Amino acid sequence: MKIINCPLNGPRNAQEFVYGGEVVLEPGTDASTQEWSNFIFLEDNLAGVVDEWWCHSASSYWFIIRRNRTSDEIIATITAKDYFSAVPSP
Amino acid sequence: MPLGLLRYGLRKKYPAKPWFPAETPLKSNYDIVIIGGGGHGLAIAYYLAKEWGISNVCVLEKSWLASGNTARNTTIVRSNYLTPEGVAFYEESRRLYEELAGELDINLMYSARGHLTLAHTDAAMRTSRWRAEVNKHLGVDSELVDCAELAEICPHLNLSRTIRYPILGALYHRPGAIVRHDAVAWGYARRAMELGVEIHQHTEVTGFDIQAGQVNTIHTSRGAVSAGVVVQAVAGLSSEVARMAGLRLPIRSIPLQACVSEPLKPFLDPIIVSSSLHAYVSQSARGELVMGGSTDPCPLYSTRSSLEFSEGLMSHMLELFPFLARAKMMRQWAGIADMTPDFSPVMGETPLQNYYVDAGWGTWGFKATPICGKSMAELLATRKLPDIIAPFSLDRFDRFEQLGERGAASVGH
Repeated sequence: MKIINCPLNGPRNAQEFVYGGEVVLEPGTDASTQEWSNFIFLEDNLAGVVDEWWCHSASSYWFIIRRNRTSDEIIATITAKDYFSAVPSP
Repeated sequence: MPLGLLRYGLRKKYPAKPWFPAETPLKSNYDIVIIGGGGHGLAIAYYLAKEWGISNVCVLEKSWLASGNTARNTTIVRSNYLTPEGVAFYEESRRLYEELAGELDINLMYSARGHLTLAHTDAAMRTSRWRAEVNKHLGVDSELVDCAELAEICPHLNLSRTIRYPILGALYHRPGAIVRHDAVAWGYARRAMELGVEIHQHTEVTGFDIQAGQVNTIHTSRGAVSAGVVVQAVAGLSSEVARMAGLRLPIRSIPLQACVSEPLKPFLDPIIVSSSLHAYVSQSARGELVMGGSTDPCPLYSTRSSLEFSEGLMSHMLELFPFLARAKMMRQWAGIADMTPDFSPVMGETPLQNYYVDAGWGTWGFKATPICGKSMAELLATRKLPDIIAPFSLDRFDRFEQLGERGAASVGH
């Protein structure tokens, strides 16, 4: 993965971006301490395709990359708007 | 010409003995199965047999012996950590390392060169002083040194005031050492096998049968095995193996690259680490500079090397030793570091009754090989958690009791 196709800025050098963690929905406000600690600390860390938060540091633009963590291939770059409008709200 | 050596090699009286015999079939049952044939797994096997007399043990390694992070680290042994729990743990490991060559009867090339963690900012000087005081309090030889002392300890270091990040001082840890990583694994493996442990290379675990909170059967690429007790010690692949047991871990797998220069005349005695410059270096017995930096920017299950790494590292290395500008880099590689949120390992019990974990070793695993082997062996043999590893339990995150070693564990954070 050398060039990332940023939804806002177009194709840019991967070094301009910062990894921001796996895309995970926050637990509700009534969640237990266990659910919160699981959310904060545990990771799937899958050796496969994962949806990840990324930030283009120069423009502070956050978006999602669907990436294969074994081949380092980017499957898709998705705006947060498109990503979450496809996912039903809890 | 060494004719004596030639005669020795050709005589039938001294036949070469393979250290690791050819593949043998898996038995159907073992008392203890260790998943992962790296330094940690092999050390656990050795101490189980030696200290607890348990030799009905098998080590399952999916590739060739110790081909994972044990083959890929930068061979540093030190105990200059930040937390009292961390210092006690790594110091015990360092003490075991000091005597290990004799115990395993193998040339480990263990060399206590001294370890310098350079401070380039006031904040770093404060942290170094803090670490020095914690170390001294626990009987570990570390102290804060200034530039005048640095000039004597490492004459070739660039102590110029007119560079971007001038060195202000350093944490000097005299017992810091380098050791031959492959020999550590081979030594533990050979001794363990002499004591009756079985080591199976090219045997990959593919799944578990779990009933009533216990692992009953381990499925492998060479057949099924049952065991009383199972432990996983697979570093970068910890989450994948744990997933097969229905467990989630607080781990992300990130490549850690390293490289080595052509052999140079010996000039660097101590091991140099600069957190600010994201660089560390030592000179091996062969004269090669073994260099590393920070982990890769994002998780990846690959040991490929990147140009970004070597570009970044060399630019910082030349700030420390400008005269290396014309030295050639010889080889670059990577391991897969299983990073945890608090830069401390995950050791001990899991929600499964007979399944134990040795993971989350990130960039700090090789130096802990002996103490990990010893304490995990005690846990597996007695089924009671040894005090020295209690702070590293998996459930510490449930209680928000992280053991923060980020500042002391590595570089580039």
